[in-house]
Amino acid sequence: MRRICGIFAEGTGSYVIEVRGLTKRYGDKIAVEDLSFNAYPGVVTGFLGPNGSGKSTTMRVIMGLDHPNGGTATINGRPYHDLDWPLREVGALLEARAIHPGRTARSHLWMLAQTNQIARSRVDEVLDIVGLTEVANQLTGKFSLGMSQRLGIAASLLGDPGVLLYDEPVNGLDAEGIRWVRNLLIGLARQGRTLFVSSHLMSEMAQMADDVVVIGRGRLITQALMSDLLAGNQQSFVRVRSPGIDPLVVLLETNGARISRESDGSISVSGLTEEMVGDLAFEAGIALHELAPVNASLEEVFMELTEESVEYHGAPGGSQ
Amino acid sequence: MNGETTAPRPPPPIFVGHSSLRGVIASEITKLRTVRSTMWSFGVLVVLAVGLSALATSLTTSHWNQAGFGERFTFDPIRESLIGVFFGQFAIGVLGVLVISAEYTTGTIRASLAAVPKRFRLLLGKIIVFGVATLIIGEIVAFASFFVGQTLLHAPAPHATISSPGALRAVTGDGLYLCLLGLIALGIGGIIRHTAAAVSAYVGLLLVIPIIIALLPSTVSNDVTRFLPASIGHTVVSRIQDPHNFSPGIGLVVLAIYAAVALGVAGYLLVHRDA
Repeated sequence: MRRICGIFAEGTGSYVIEVRGLTKRYGDKIAVEDLSFNAYPGVVTGFLGPNGSGKSTTMRVIMGLDHPNGGTATINGRPYHDLDWPLREVGALLEARAIHPGRTARSHLWMLAQTNQIARSRVDEVLDIVGLTEVANQLTGKFSLGMSQRLGIAASLLGDPGVLLYDEPVNGLDAEGIRWVRNLLIGLARQGRTLFVSSHLMSEMAQMADDVVVIGRGRLITQALMSDLLAGNQQSFVRVRSPGIDPLVVLLETNGARISRESDGSISVSGLTEEMVGDLAFEAGIALHELAPVNASLEEVFMELTEESVEYHGAPGGSQ
Repeated sequence: MNGETTAPRPPPPIFVGHSSLRGVIASEITKLRTVRSTMWSFGVLVVLAVGLSALATSLTTSHWNQAGFGERFTFDPIRESLIGVFFGQFAIGVLGVLVISAEYTTGTIRASLAAVPKRFRLLLGKIIVFGVATLIIGEIVAFASFFVGQTLLHAPAPHATISSPGALRAVTGDGLYLCLLGLIALGIGGIIRHTAAAVSAYVGLLLVIPIIIALLPSTVSNDVTRFLPASIGHTVVSRIQDPHNFSPGIGLVVLAIYAAVALGVAGYLLVHRDA
């Protein structure tokens, strides 16, 4: 991070992304419907939703690539199309593989830089930031997905912009790459930039985002602080197995617990702590074979939030 | 809720001026220059076209004494030396299509439009850069073919010099013909966006439509044939004009109108379609 802070000059400005009543249809299919949210400077705004929920579509509309059927998407009050220096105001990585395979990494960046009259030296700077200096003169067709992601991130930083959009930036990266991207994006936000980052993985967002916009089936489910979202939906219960399960259930219910019986013969107890369950069982002389607190995982919180809106149940993960 | 999440908001930076066509042109030159296949295609185009002209003219020289009277009478040394340019129009067409279709097949168009969201400006940059490049290449091919061809055409076969009547017009016109066909292909590429389909449409325009028109009754085909790019290409390089055809100048204007229409439609679609 030190290296990055040194490269970005102070005075980098900040913008707000504002999406209002956005609707986008492809033929009869509604991809995004009446979506409104803001992304602010200085924080990472996570954009969370299952695959096919309209995240990429929303980002494409913000970037002026697709035309909305209704509503607006603006950056500091202006549609992308009207920005004076698009690359100096907004940087984006929407699809890592969207590069001509017959061009070198350096040429790819240089031809983008030229459109916004960005100095040639900046190409080498961003190559250095993402660690691609050594392969700068290789054709991008030979790049791994991880290297393509890095090149895409380099392109987004060319104009040193105040707003950055990343669509699933950690897809295809190894653990080291994921950590690197996460630290980079958080660092960029802390410099006062507006970071808008999509993911279909709650765990990824939980480690990166300060603010989170959750969508499902193209509709807003919630926009909240990440910490509130986690606290508000955190559910825990106590898993109990016992040879005397029936009297135990009666005992716990009279003490205010909610019980659900699981298929393996155990019960899930909510409303009581594991200490309380253990003490009650001990006093009643009921043997316990298992007594374990279980916290709902982040993914379960997310599943719960979006359950109603998942389009293809049972479909495996991956990019849409 | 959102109010709590905002950090103090610094004012957005102030930039002087705005991005312009100049940057787009510089970028398009880089795009054309930095893909090796493009440079190879240009090179092969020049070598192949000049080579074919050389082959045709040297064969004519060596077989002149066996040629019949009619063949000798209609022989046009200028047109003969420019025969390779006819093949060049296919290579230039593929390149023209690729200038846009390659951006769609590789996805680079998204990066290009993010950098230049004013879409017509992006297309204009491509038209200017590719148009100038093909005009230069076209003239190089035409002049090289002419001079190589005229060197290989010698007694007993007649030959021409650049100062022969109509020679300069034919050679410069042929280079311009190549450039205009390249721009038509660029327009087709922008309309169809898929390389194979766009190349097929372009080749169909040059080769298939003339066959269909030739099947029509001659009263109809005589009126229609002159509008074909191939007829115009023929007129531009010919000493003896077919009365049904346009004059070389009018022919090139008609070709320019085709290019303008194709590029206009491509521009309209580029602005209105999702990328």
